[in-house]
Amino acid sequence: MAILVIAEHNNQSIKAATLNAVTAATKLGGDVHVLVAGAGCDSAAEAAAKVAGVAKVCVADAAHYDAQTAENVAALVMQVATDYSHIVASGTTFGTNVLPRLAALLDVAQISDVVAVESADTFVRPIYAGNAIATVKSADKVKVLTIRMTAFEAAGQGGNAAVEALAPGPDLGLTALVGRELTKSARPELGAAKIIVSGGRGLGSRENYRGLLEPLADKLGAALGASRAAVDAGFAPNDYQVGQTGKIVAPQLYIAVGVSGAIQHLAGMKDSKVIVAINKDPEAPIFQIADYGLVGDLIDAVPDLTGVLAV
Amino acid sequence: MKILVPVKRVVDFNVKVRVKSDGTGVDIANLKMSMNPFDEIAIEEAVRLKEADGASEVVAVSCGSAACQETLRAALAIGADRGILIETDGELQPLAVAKLLKALCVKETPQLVICGKQAVDDDANQTGQMLAALMGWSQATFASKLVVGDGRATVTREIDGGLETLDINLPGVVTTDLRLNEPRYATLPNIMKAKKKPLEIVKPSDLGVDVAPRLTTLKVAEPIKRSAGVRVADVAQLVDKLKNEAKVI
Ligand SMILES: Cc1cc2nc3c(=O)[nH]c(=O)nc-3n(C[C@H](O)[C@H](O)[C@H](O)COP(=O)(O)OP(=O)(O)OC[C@H]3O[C@@H](n4cnc5c(N)ncnc54)[C@H](O)[C@@H]3O)c2cc1C
Ligand SMILES: Nc1ncnc2c1ncn2[C@@H]1O[C@H](COP(=O)(O)O)[C@@H](O)[C@H]1O
Repeated sequence: MAILVIAEHNNQSIKAATLNAVTAATKLGGDVHVLVAGAGCDSAAEAAAKVAGVAKVCVADAAHYDAQTAENVAALVMQVATDYSHIVASGTTFGTNVLPRLAALLDVAQISDVVAVESADTFVRPIYAGNAIATVKSADKVKVLTIRMTAFEAAGQGGNAAVEALAPGPDLGLTALVGRELTKSARPELGAAKIIVSGGRGLGSRENYRGLLEPLADKLGAALGASRAAVDAGFAPNDYQVGQTGKIVAPQLYIAVGVSGAIQHLAGMKDSKVIVAINKDPEAPIFQIADYGLVGDLIDAVPDLTGVLAV
Repeated sequence: MKILVPVKRVVDFNVKVRVKSDGTGVDIANLKMSMNPFDEIAIEEAVRLKEADGASEVVAVSCGSAACQETLRAALAIGADRGILIETDGELQPLAVAKLLKALCVKETPQLVICGKQAVDDDANQTGQMLAALMGWSQATFASKLVVGDGRATVTREIDGGLETLDINLPGVVTTDLRLNEPRYATLPNIMKAKKKPLEIVKPSDLGVDVAPRLTTLKVAEPIKRSAGVRVADVAQLVDKLKNEAKVI
């Protein structure tokens, strides 16, 4: 049987998260189909067809998929779900919104945040903020999974999949989009960045967060991240939060500035290749997982670092 | 308007769990247990709505062992009016919890269910969405702002790119994110009052719900440990290490 990946897209292009989901899907054994549900989403469908490993793209194009609400998307997938052995999406806020709803409609379990595929019915996933790793086996006939992006490489380009129209499902009319306030930034996306500069409560103010971390991030071509405390205090927007209940990241280099290293924060970044911590408290737990620890006042250390990198 | 709030008893978020040496699960015996933090936010939001005359009654529900009564009392102390324990000692997976909550929704006919976005033990992030599906209701997950109107609610959601605002039909399910509110501390008088509030106990079989797990846990392992690296003396040494040792810049 085939495997269905639910694409995440903005009608023009597909989001990077979809590429990781495609890679996870290719490990399940079966043709990989991608569903693009949107409004005026031809370009997104064409982009999906070019992803390596995709055999078919199904496009449901209707006005009521413009906002891609969980209600309408899940109802749509229900119409084709029994043709598939697995239905997969990335564990982004989109995937996490839609897939449990779909699973319940199918009366099957949903498996969240899969980090490894052992076989077609056995999956590995972290629990308790990553302090334990569970291997679970599903007895359901359709397996509905969200995958952890950082655990699967992004699928490459070079595919040439057939694009087929899929009849739209019902418009349930349960929810309407009022608006979106998207964070504008010229920096790389947190999920895809090679380097992340992340700030915590130790920055002390929004002015410091921006004034100290932005020049450093610019120098490194890095994305910006934050701890929950920094987001709660208004130093950074909500979508910068790294952690158990924010974004999970695994860049080549993660620089934690004024972050203590709570379990919930570590859960989101401890798979980074190299971790640097800058903190004035030598006992801060972040040092227990940092490859390079600098004990010192960030007020001096961060501009110094930016300065040294400039020469 | 009646609001139903499901509250889960979990290992306190400050406690780091240990994996059992036989690999069958995590050892939670004798650990501090608390209400799932997202559910505290959910109760707080429901109680605030009631205080602002936006709700008539707040009902807290917990599914699990008899010890969940403690969690329900904590919800009552924040200001919920009554509690319902759906008592079972077996493992409950999100789909089973959603089915139990559905049976309760059919009986209690709430206009709004406020769940936590995720339980910090299973990290599933599923139950609210599943309940909404089973009821055929609207859903607004990861809420950072909730305004309830007549038969509708406006919900601001924390999404990957920023914020999104939805207008949803009620009845519906909202799940809480961290920035929805800051839960109050229960005062001693309110803790005392909570002891006298009604707390009903039902069994899954009373509700006619099959709670058999769909997933079997084959094993639970420790994560790969990361060991501490080195302390650098200054910024110059840090940059040198990053360039020449780690080769990441
Ligand atoms: C349900 C729940 C979910 C959560 N989810 C997340 C999550 O997803 N992500 C997350 O990050 N947190 C999360 N948390 C919060 C987490 O428990 C911690 O509270 C939070 O990570 C702390 O943030 P922090 O390290 O910035 O702040 P603090 O713990 O206050 O640490 C600040 C650090 O800055 C250092 N410092 C201060 N001044 C200076 C200076 N001048 N120079 C150098 N260092 C300095 C201090 O030594 C300290 O170590 C969650 C909590 C709960 C309850
Ligand atoms: N056993 C339970 N009892 C009551 N509420 C629960 C239970 N399990 C999950 N929930 C609710 O569903 C939310 C999400 O849980 P989960 O889907 O397990 O991450 C929690 O924050 C609770 O509001």
